Amino acid sequence: MKSITRQKLPEEIEQQLQGFDRVYIAGCGTCATMTRTGGREEVLAMRERLQQLGKLVTGWIVIPTACDDMTQAAMEENNGAIRNAGCILVMSCALGVHRMSTCLARPVIPALDTLFIGIEDGSGCFQEACAQCGQCVLGETAGICPVTACHKGLLNGPCGGTNQGKCEVDSEKDCAWTIIHQRLTDQGRVDAMRRYHSARNYNIAPRPRMTRIV
Amino acid sequence: MPSRFRDALQSGRFVITSEIGPPKGTNIEKMLHHIDLLKDKVDALNVTDHQSSVMRFPSIGGCLSVVERGGEPILQVTCRDRNRLALQAELLFAHTRGVRNVLCLTGDAVVVGDHKEAKGVFDLDSAQLLKTIRQLESGTDLGGNDLDGAVEFCAGAIVTPEAHPIEPQLIKFEKKVEAGAEFFQTQAIYDLENFARFMEYARPFPVKILAGIILLVSARMAKYMNDNVPGVFVPQDLVDEMAAAPKGEALNKGIEIAGRMIATLKDESLCHGVHVMAIGKEEVVPDILKAAGLAG
Repeated sequence: MKSITRQKLPEEIEQQLQGFDRVYIAGCGTCATMTRTGGREEVLAMRERLQQLGKLVTGWIVIPTACDDMTQAAMEENNGAIRNAGCILVMSCALGVHRMSTCLARPVIPALDTLFIGIEDGSGCFQEACAQCGQCVLGETAGICPVTACHKGLLNGPCGGTNQGKCEVDSEKDCAWTIIHQRLTDQGRVDAMRRYHSARNYNIAPRPRMTRIV
Repeated sequence: MPSRFRDALQSGRFVITSEIGPPKGTNIEKMLHHIDLLKDKVDALNVTDHQSSVMRFPSIGGCLSVVERGGEPILQVTCRDRNRLALQAELLFAHTRGVRNVLCLTGDAVVVGDHKEAKGVFDLDSAQLLKTIRQLESGTDLGGNDLDGAVEFCAGAIVTPEAHPIEPQLIKFEKKVEAGAEFFQTQAIYDLENFARFMEYARPFPVKILAGIILLVSARMAKYMNDNVPGVFVPQDLVDEMAAAPKGEALNKGIEIAGRMIATLKDESLCHGVHVMAIGKEEVVPDILKAAGLAG
């Protein structure tokens, strides 16, 4: 599982950094490194870009996993450089941004947009596989999630916009329900598709969602 | 007041519906003109709901105009723009204002329309919307709460006989039947042999099927639909027939083809009726019906 991110446009980053002449940059050694949005290379490129904008980069780090609770320790080790900065530009997913904002008093600015939770499907291609809806139907849909893979998140089969097995919003995208139907047929259990699904319960885990193990 | 459209479906005669596209803006003169032109020539008039995800005057507004002018409307309701509260509220309102027919649609994706950054809702899907209608008729809402006054609707849905692959669509069709659909208006059909095969499959179900007829206005339009409209297939001989029409005669050729197809569907009792869509050319619908031998 990876948190898939995309770098914000330079203009947006510049706008968010307005008024901050001294910036500390933090990347992430896990997901953002794999997606090449906030690894060492990207952090160094960002440092150069900020320097060209006339900003002083007081320091930088690539935290092994920005979202975990070791982040606080990494931040404390670099306390001097961080205190020297007006803000921290974070090149991780929003989980890392959130983690850092809870352990730092300085303003935390995201340099990335978090798009989805995905898996790598072939080199460099990341796909959303789960929308974390809290009501898993994969057992009846041959492992393909219609909530995620169908553009409209339909539970009761395809819409009328599907064409030659492709989706109405993008002729390059597969129609989730065509694949589900094919797989269920191959598994000899196409009747699973005939079961009526009532309207989804959006109150299963009200937002903000949280759970306790004990 | 029961649904006159349901009476027509149950009468056993060949049923005709057509459709009205509300305007983008508050000038409803043209829409009213189309309603006046068609209301007495068809059994019911669909009013589209932000067709192709393009923001317009609402379907319910058009339906009220149809009712006011003595016609029989079919309220098209998509699941794209409203959650289950808003959908149920609209059904309650429609019922109090004399609307007795609803066509339940999933709705096109937001991104094919003119507000591409809008949120697509899809809280319900078309099968769930059909079930919702049957639940509201039983006197309770989707939350299980009692209603002070229930609804009653002749409810329908759509099916795409030319879809490829067809099997997933047929499973959805059966789910819609089980969810309470009484009638189906099909996506446009042009290949009557293929449609006859679909009807062999569909006939045993306790529903009425109205074949979708979209007026061809040019060979280019036919080719465009083949390339761009999911589930629409215009056979080459019809494309050629349109292309061979003399300059300025393509529309008349399209009217002739639509009339001929409707006449065949009726004469051979292939289905229970037709739904005539003359997108943007509503004023020629009477000519199509005349060409089909159905005028008057």
